[in-house]
Amino acid sequence: MAHPRVELLYWEGCPSHPEALAELRDAMADLGLDPDTVVVREVDTDERADRERFVGSPTIRVDGEDIEPPGDEPTALTCRVYRLRDGRYSPTPDPAIVRAALENAMTRSTP
Amino acid sequence: MTTIAIGESAPRFELPDTEGAIHALNGDGTASAPATVVVFTCNHCPYALAWHDRLLAVARDYAERDVRTLFVNPNDAERYPRDSLDAMRERVRADGGWPAPYLRDEDQSVARAYGAKTTPDVFVVAPDGAIAYRGAPDADHRDPGLDAAWLRAALDDVLAGRPVENAETKPVGCSIKWRA
Repeated sequence: MAHPRVELLYWEGCPSHPEALAELRDAMADLGLDPDTVVVREVDTDERADRERFVGSPTIRVDGEDIEPPGDEPTALTCRVYRLRDGRYSPTPDPAIVRAALENAMTRSTP
Repeated sequence: MTTIAIGESAPRFELPDTEGAIHALNGDGTASAPATVVVFTCNHCPYALAWHDRLLAVARDYAERDVRTLFVNPNDAERYPRDSLDAMRERVRADGGWPAPYLRDEDQSVARAYGAKTTPDVFVVAPDGAIAYRGAPDADHRDPGLDAAWLRAALDDVLAGRPVENAETKPVGCSIKWRA
């Protein structure tokens, strides 16, 4: 089974990344992926945010693609606003969306 | 950074709302409200947004008991334009108005005086001008069913003339965006 490249980018000023990382790792484990392969990277300056196209913390990318493409959202050291599937605001992405992004990448990666 | 303690006098302030009206809080016991809620909040923080409807409900429900609520946005709008006065005004208008004024703390002096750390960060001021509660609205931003229970309990204690049983909780949210 091909293993997608999974990254979590975070900014220390936002307290949501431990929860997001735990949920991401849970989803990976459920799908048979090694949760320890997540690449966790801190974004700590405006310059780095620009360079990384970082629109807020946490940002999760699978094979380089944001699991919720941010459109024309400006880069910033800030907490990222997500919407859960029931419409509520959340500082972390909906676990179902995380899982779907991983599944899609696994499907794409499988010959 | 100042850290204000429970029982200390709430710092006085005068701030403009989104329509330019000035709102004042007297910290000297002359406030006419039986309690005042000061909520440091903003437009773009997911924690503030998650708790927002619960806080509006508190403002509505307790206005019936003459409690005053003031929402204060202290974030640096130069680096975070979504927190500009224009953006605040647009938000309130898009919502058809709020039950409490949304104030702009442009120079961040009020947030500094209160030692506010996050959005949201909630303070309850007793009628004698003392801080009676400080912290989060309730235990979990993810659970609307909690209904800002910690804040409501604090207000109920203040309105009943009792000491607040749970007077301090940890504020949870996005860090306030201070000017460089």
